[in-house]
Amino acid sequence: MKTSQTPHSPDAPVNDPSAAYDGPPDYRVIGRHAVFPQTDHDEIERINFLAQMNRHLAARVVPGVKAAYDNRVVPGFEAKHGRPLANRHEARKAMLEDPAFQTWSALRRMTMEQRQQAGRWTALRQAERIARIAADLTDGDERLSLDASLEVPRYVSAVDHHCMPGSYHTEYFPGDVTNGANYDHGGFVTTSGLLGKYSDGGGHAVVKWVQRNLPDFKPKKILEIGGTVGHSSLPLAQAFPEAEMTIVDLGAPVLRYGLARAKSLGVDNVRFVQASGEDLSGFADASFDWIQTTMFLHELSTRALRNIFAETRRLLKPGGIVLHVEQPQYAPEMPLFEQAMRDWDAFYNNEPFWSRMHEMDLDAEMVVAGFDKESILHGGVFGVVDRELFPDAQEDDTEDFGRKAAWHVIGAVA
Amino acid sequence: MSYTEALNLAGAKPAGKRPYFLDEQVERVLAITMTVVQELAVARQRVDTLERLLQAKGVLADGEIDAFAPGPVASAERQMWNQEYIARVLRIVQQENEAAMQAGDVASGDVGDELASDA
Repeated sequence: MKTSQTPHSPDAPVNDPSAAYDGPPDYRVIGRHAVFPQTDHDEIERINFLAQMNRHLAARVVPGVKAAYDNRVVPGFEAKHGRPLANRHEARKAMLEDPAFQTWSALRRMTMEQRQQAGRWTALRQAERIARIAADLTDGDERLSLDASLEVPRYVSAVDHHCMPGSYHTEYFPGDVTNGANYDHGGFVTTSGLLGKYSDGGGHAVVKWVQRNLPDFKPKKILEIGGTVGHSSLPLAQAFPEAEMTIVDLGAPVLRYGLARAKSLGVDNVRFVQASGEDLSGFADASFDWIQTTMFLHELSTRALRNIFAETRRLLKPGGIVLHVEQPQYAPEMPLFEQAMRDWDAFYNNEPFWSRMHEMDLDAEMVVAGFDKESILHGGVFGVVDRELFPDAQEDDTEDFGRKAAWHVIGAVA
Repeated sequence: MSYTEALNLAGAKPAGKRPYFLDEQVERVLAITMTVVQELAVARQRVDTLERLLQAKGVLADGEIDAFAPGPVASAERQMWNQEYIARVLRIVQQENEAAMQAGDVASGDVGDELASDA
C-alpha cells in the first residue's frame, strides 16, 4: 500500500528513503472527536508499532508461510495419506504442525493481545473523563435508547470477539463507554489505516456502491444492525441527510459512545437503539427503505443469522433494499491455502461463527427469509479513504487474510 | 476506577481459551519478548522525538548526535554500561555455565533432607 508522501516534492533530498515508504500512515493522522480518548506520545507509538507488526506479518512473514505450505505441508500430507488435502480444515490442521505457520500464528495472536492491552489501557486510564463527556453529549437525548433488560446471546458472550475483553457490551460502571472507546481508537492496528480517518471506509464504500448501482434510490429511513459506534453508519447518514438513520446494537457502551461521537462529528440524523437484531419488534413492519449490516454476519450464529434475515424482510418497505457487507465467501475456486488462512480468525482470534458463516449459501438464506431469488444483489467494494493520508485498499497487493478492506456485498430488494 | 483496577482490566483475558502454537513455555517467553520489543520501539521513537524537538529549537545541530565522539572517560563509562547491561540480560547463561563447572552442586531441598536427618 502506498501513502502519499509527496515523493517528488522539490525540496525532497535525493535518495530520500521516505519517498519509497510503503506502509500504514502515522496514527497521528487519525480523526478525533469529543469522546475519542486522549493518547500520549508513547500510546501513539505503541499503536504505530503494532500496526507495523501486522503489516510485517502480512507482507513479510505470510509469503514464508505460503512457501512452507507449498514445499512442506502439502507434500508431507500427500506422502503420509496418499491423497491430496481435501478441505480447508485439513489444510489448517496440517499447517498447525509446521513451524512457519506456528510462528506466524503465535506472533499474530500476540499482536492482537498487545493491541487490546494497549488500547484498553488508554481507554481505562481516562474512563471516567470520557464517560462524563459522553454523558454531557447524550443525557436526556431521545436519540439514545437503552434497554438494560436485554440479554446478551451466547454467540456474543461465550468468547470475546477478536480477543476484545468484555466485547461490545460489558460496562465497568454506570454510564461507562470504555469498550466503545477501545474499539474505536485501537482498530487502526488491525486495519493499518485502510479504513481511513474515522474508521469509516466501509460505510463510504457502501454509499459509493449504492450511488453507482442504485442512482435513483433516495432512502428516508435507514437501519444498520450491529452498528457498534457507528463507524459504517455515519457515512450513510451523511450521504442521505434527509434520511433518519437508526443504529441498533447489543452493547450499551458502544451505543452511548456512538451517539456522542456522531454529535461531536456534526451528524445529527442518527439515533442509537439497544436491541438484538433478532428481535426488532420495537419497529413496525415495513419501517425502513434501507437496512445495512457491515462486517457483522460473521459474529452471529446460524439461527441468529436466519432470524435477522427474516427481520430485515419484515422491516423493509416494498422496494426497499437490504445490503450485507462481508469478507468473501469460501468458494470451490478459492485455493485451500487461502481458505485455511482466512479461517485463522475463526479458531485463533475468537470469531467462532466466521468459518461456518463463510461457507453458507447466503442467497438461499435470503430466499428462505422471503426475498425473491431474482431480487438478490451481489457486488464487491473496497474501503474508501482520504487518499492523501491513507493507504488505498484497491491498490494494496498485500493480503492480510480476512482483514483487508475488500469486501463482498450481498443484498436484496424487498 | 483505581490505578490497580485499570491495570488489571487493561491486561484482562478475553473470554475463550487461548490457543498455543508453540511449546507453551516458549510461547510465554516469546509473548513477553514481543512486548519488550514493542516497548523498545516506543522508547526509540521517544528519543527520536526528543532529538527532533531539540533540533527544531536550535539546541542540537543537524548531525550532531551522529558526529558525537565521547571523550576517553565518557567512552569508558558508556562501554562499561554496555558490559553491565549485557551481563544483566544474560545472567541465566552465566549461571548455567557456572553450574556446568560445579561438580557436587546440590539442591536446597536435598540439603534440607540431609540436615534434618543429621541427628
